[in-house]
Amino acid sequence: MSAIQDAPPLAAAAPRVSTARRGVWLVLGLAVALAPLWLLESFHLFQLTMAVIMSLAVLGLNIVTGYNGQISLGHGAFFAIGAYVTAILMAQADWSFYATLPFAAAVCGMVGYAVGLPALRLGGLYLALVTFSLAVAVPQLLKHRALEDWTGGVQGLFLMKPEPPAWLTARVAITPDQFMYLVALVVAALCYLLAWNLIRGRIGRALMATRDHPTAAEAMGMDIAALKTRAFAVSAMITGVAGALSAAAVEFVAPDSFTFLLSISLFVGMVVGGVASILGSVFGGLFVLFVPNIAESISRAAPGVIYGIILIVFLFALPEGVAGLVRRVLARLGGRSH
Amino acid sequence: MVRFGGVTAVGGVSFDVAERQICGLIGPNGAGKTTLFNVISGIYRPQEGQVRFAGTVTTGMPRHRMAPLGLGRTFQNLALFKSMTVRENILAGAHSAGSAGFLANALRLPRARAEEAAADRRARELIHLLQLDAVADKPVVDLPFGTQKRVEMARALISQPKLLLLDEPAGGLNHGEVDELAELFQHVRRSFDLAILLVEHHMSLVMRVSDKVVALDFGKKIADGTPDEVRSSPEVIRAYLGDGHAEAAHAA
Ligand SMILES: Nc1ncnc2c1ncn2[C@@H]1O[C@H](COP(=O)(O)OP(=O)(O)O)[C@@H](O)[C@H]1O
Ligand SMILES: [Mg+2]
Repeated sequence: MSAIQDAPPLAAAAPRVSTARRGVWLVLGLAVALAPLWLLESFHLFQLTMAVIMSLAVLGLNIVTGYNGQISLGHGAFFAIGAYVTAILMAQADWSFYATLPFAAAVCGMVGYAVGLPALRLGGLYLALVTFSLAVAVPQLLKHRALEDWTGGVQGLFLMKPEPPAWLTARVAITPDQFMYLVALVVAALCYLLAWNLIRGRIGRALMATRDHPTAAEAMGMDIAALKTRAFAVSAMITGVAGALSAAAVEFVAPDSFTFLLSISLFVGMVVGGVASILGSVFGGLFVLFVPNIAESISRAAPGVIYGIILIVFLFALPEGVAGLVRRVLARLGGRSH
Repeated sequence: MVRFGGVTAVGGVSFDVAERQICGLIGPNGAGKTTLFNVISGIYRPQEGQVRFAGTVTTGMPRHRMAPLGLGRTFQNLALFKSMTVRENILAGAHSAGSAGFLANALRLPRARAEEAAADRRARELIHLLQLDAVADKPVVDLPFGTQKRVEMARALISQPKLLLLDEPAGGLNHGEVDELAELFQHVRRSFDLAILLVEHHMSLVMRVSDKVVALDFGKKIADGTPDEVRSSPEVIRAYLGDGHAEAAHAA
């Protein structure tokens, strides 16, 4: 028996303090997340729904690129695949929206795993190019003649967002838009919780370790090939679920909604929010959705220029993303209270 | 045997490390000590020869299989996980002691929780043993070289290896720190039930803590035996004096 195994059991004093604090944060978070139900009218609530969905998509990208260091410029493809799986099953096979979610996740997980295999040999900029071509290829595949019967070709597919269930409408007045916001919120929150669990434990450390120092990671017994391919699968799964939610929220899918620009937007969201940050992904999603609108409202003629300027200002002012700023502020508050 | 282009970095070297033994590996710069380490830990595949560890031939095994067999190591030029804190680095070393995968972790199944709690407890112990308490939750990159070396040692120890490979652990330490390190080796061997293979330039440290010493020069073994035998071996004296190394003073 070594000394280390004989150690006395650890007193649980330290975590108890943070449980109370965590409770406060939880209530605050809930309040912020639910307030828009009453504060925003339909169109803005829809936008916020899309921001929640984008946050989830950015979270997926952050798992593989932020935490595991595998650059993907093609996550828009997984978003599109998730959206189409849900749309096809709902529009062509009359599935309920909820039943399509695990299916979309599974399909995207498999495609992600398959993309992760060549990624093992490529890495770095080459991987960026491979994922780039995926993002370019998928919208064209979706338009392709051979798949037209399923995908609706260039026309795309129409579907309906999930109806609020009777037990809920019987008790409170809730519009379909409000309900869709709630569905997106719950699904996203669940995915965030699972991702948070994953990242703070053994696997999360292994993902970061293989990114930081592959040789040392292997010496710690980490199987780099298995970690990287699974990270790709999980990442694609999360972004795919976001895509599925977006199909329901928009009630329409078409190939041109998922251009290469979507992949780049997700990448921008990840960097602006904070690379390798769960919380940062939330801000990333908000940025992806709202900043183009803000840019448009400032200049209808050249929104791209305004977008670029806002982006540059963000990157200069917050080199570690919004999450880095939050961390610094919290550290300062914590420092003062001691 | 390992060759880099025309250079034979290590050739025809054969020796054993017994259980619970501290074995020193010495030799002038470029003698092939680090290369030999990388062969033992599976980073390099030798062109000839084999490594046997705990009864199995490990040459050609996937690199990540070595840690679960009970092989821990540190690196000469530090190989810490730069984005992580001291504690996270040490916990990363516990990877091979666990088995909970993606799903078990995401769902925080009881198995994953139990593993995490055990790793936490052992990390705490090691942080204390290696006097890292004050810096435990600091980013590892902010720390001085000597402290980072101790973090690497803790990271290697947390998986409870049977054989610990230490590549120049005293590099960059002052005299007082080297004395502490010598005590630490003895303590670690006693309480962790492991063997240590120690590469070190610091001759007096090697001679003080080792049960056995192996000397390399130009990739060949030139002596092995007790510290006294190796110290008085003519080849070893020649290797060090001939090289004009300062350590010769310690060796003689
Ligand atoms: N990756 C490498 N590529 C080419 N030559 C190398 C490499 N690693 C080590 N060598 C050469 O192998 C020999 C042994 O080096 P090394 O094992 O680092 O010695 P030591 O650790 O004893 O100082 C040296 O001549 C060195 O130049
Ligand atoms: Mg060396």
